[in-house]
Amino acid sequence: MNSDRKPVIVIKNLSKTFGDHKVLNQFTMELYEGETLVIMGKSGSGKSVMIKCLIGLETHDGGQITIMGKNLDTMDAATLNEIRTEVGFLFQGSALYDSMSVRENLEFPLRRHFKKFGEIGDATPLVMEALDSVGLGHTIDLMPEELSGGMKRRIAMARTLILKPKIILYDEPTTGLDPITSKEIVLLMKSIQQTYKTSSIVITHDVDCARFIADRMILLIDGINYAEGTYEELDRSQDPKIQAFFKK
Amino acid sequence: MNTFQNFITSIRAFLFETGELAFFAGRFFKEVFNRPFEWKEFARQCYHIGNKSLFLVAITGFIIGLVFTLQSRPKMIELGAVAWLPSMVSISIIREIGPIITALICAGRIGSGIGAELGSMRVTEQIDAMEVSGTNPFKFLVVTRILATTLMIPLLVIMSDAVALFGSFLVENIKGDVSFTLYFDEVFRAIKFSDVFPATLKTFFFGFAIGLVGCYKGYYCKHGTAGVGKTANAAVVEASMLVFILDFTAVLVTDIFTS
Repeated sequence: MNSDRKPVIVIKNLSKTFGDHKVLNQFTMELYEGETLVIMGKSGSGKSVMIKCLIGLETHDGGQITIMGKNLDTMDAATLNEIRTEVGFLFQGSALYDSMSVRENLEFPLRRHFKKFGEIGDATPLVMEALDSVGLGHTIDLMPEELSGGMKRRIAMARTLILKPKIILYDEPTTGLDPITSKEIVLLMKSIQQTYKTSSIVITHDVDCARFIADRMILLIDGINYAEGTYEELDRSQDPKIQAFFKK
Repeated sequence: MNTFQNFITSIRAFLFETGELAFFAGRFFKEVFNRPFEWKEFARQCYHIGNKSLFLVAITGFIIGLVFTLQSRPKMIELGAVAWLPSMVSISIIREIGPIITALICAGRIGSGIGAELGSMRVTEQIDAMEVSGTNPFKFLVVTRILATTLMIPLLVIMSDAVALFGSFLVENIKGDVSFTLYFDEVFRAIKFSDVFPATLKTFFFGFAIGLVGCYKGYYCKHGTAGVGKTANAAVVEASMLVFILDFTAVLVTDIFTS
């Protein structure tokens, strides 16, 4: 299925250890263009560490990460920053800058990438476009403290989208939200993927989210990719470790 | 044996922390000359640091001026040297009391504020969010704050000195019927360039140290929200210690050049 598609992220034999605890153990995966890959695993299984290694927030002990054909280990700071404009990251806690308004939150990365966007005079149309894409145009002058959890998550998505990334990494996008808001966020992720044709990695332990959004899934257990396949394939598996995730 | 090992561990931790702080300062000097400069954030920080500390620093300066003069006056009368009071008070305040007290207040208020703000940004992943969007959080958050403290603390010290002298004048005016003109005439006659210049110069270093320690502690804050409280506390303690060390060094250097 993926043989005709180009991989945008390739991870080979990734290892990461904290003290004596091996969090990632020879983890290997590929993300293809336009694909949504869901990585599921228990808390502490190394999902978030893996995604942070991927964007250079954590250093890895071994293995190799290639993003859009460029090796993360050998790239200089300028190239890494250029790559980062192509890879959006949605944090679990939204991570909005709480001393800035919604407008300033979105303008912040936009105004600091002259190479990609040039000098921007009035950024309002671009900010509004990003906010409208998450259905929150009316919040432009609000402060983060005035927003609900779900709205913060959407604004964080808009802040990611404003840089027009080719890849989006979602770290637990529905954690801490009520079921209705979670569903809205998942629908929004799907709509973003269809509209912007982005490739996505979604870290989650929300099975409903995975069922709706995943083109392919990886089960991360004890730092290794224990199982890989579509949602249906994994759901049919008789392996008790896999079934533990899917049984209702 | 255990005590000795603890001592060695503490020394090692201190040296490691000093090295890390020096490395952090080195990164500041590297980034400060990189364009573009974050002018808007720098102005916001100057306003925040200067304006928000103005009242506290002014009140403290005023009380110091009052108390210092009230406590010195009886002894000066006893020695028959009350006419020297404006000179003594002004030199003491400008050379030492004004800068050190203002710097300590700023270490408590501004240093802990910066430490807590950056610390909470670190634990809520806001600094990480800046980094993954390909921007430079060090330049936006650290460079602007260190420059703002370096610029604003000398200004706060000058203002504090002026208010302290005014407080001293009020005591002299009420108790000794000394006029405004006479008091400040004595003050300006006593103060020399060699009093003002080193005292002002060292306040830039105080400002730099307070900003540097606050930013360093906050930028590398760990252990969640509990860590933020510890960070704010450590920022005050370490910045205050650094202020005393810098003050001692400044006094020694001034002594070498003036003696």
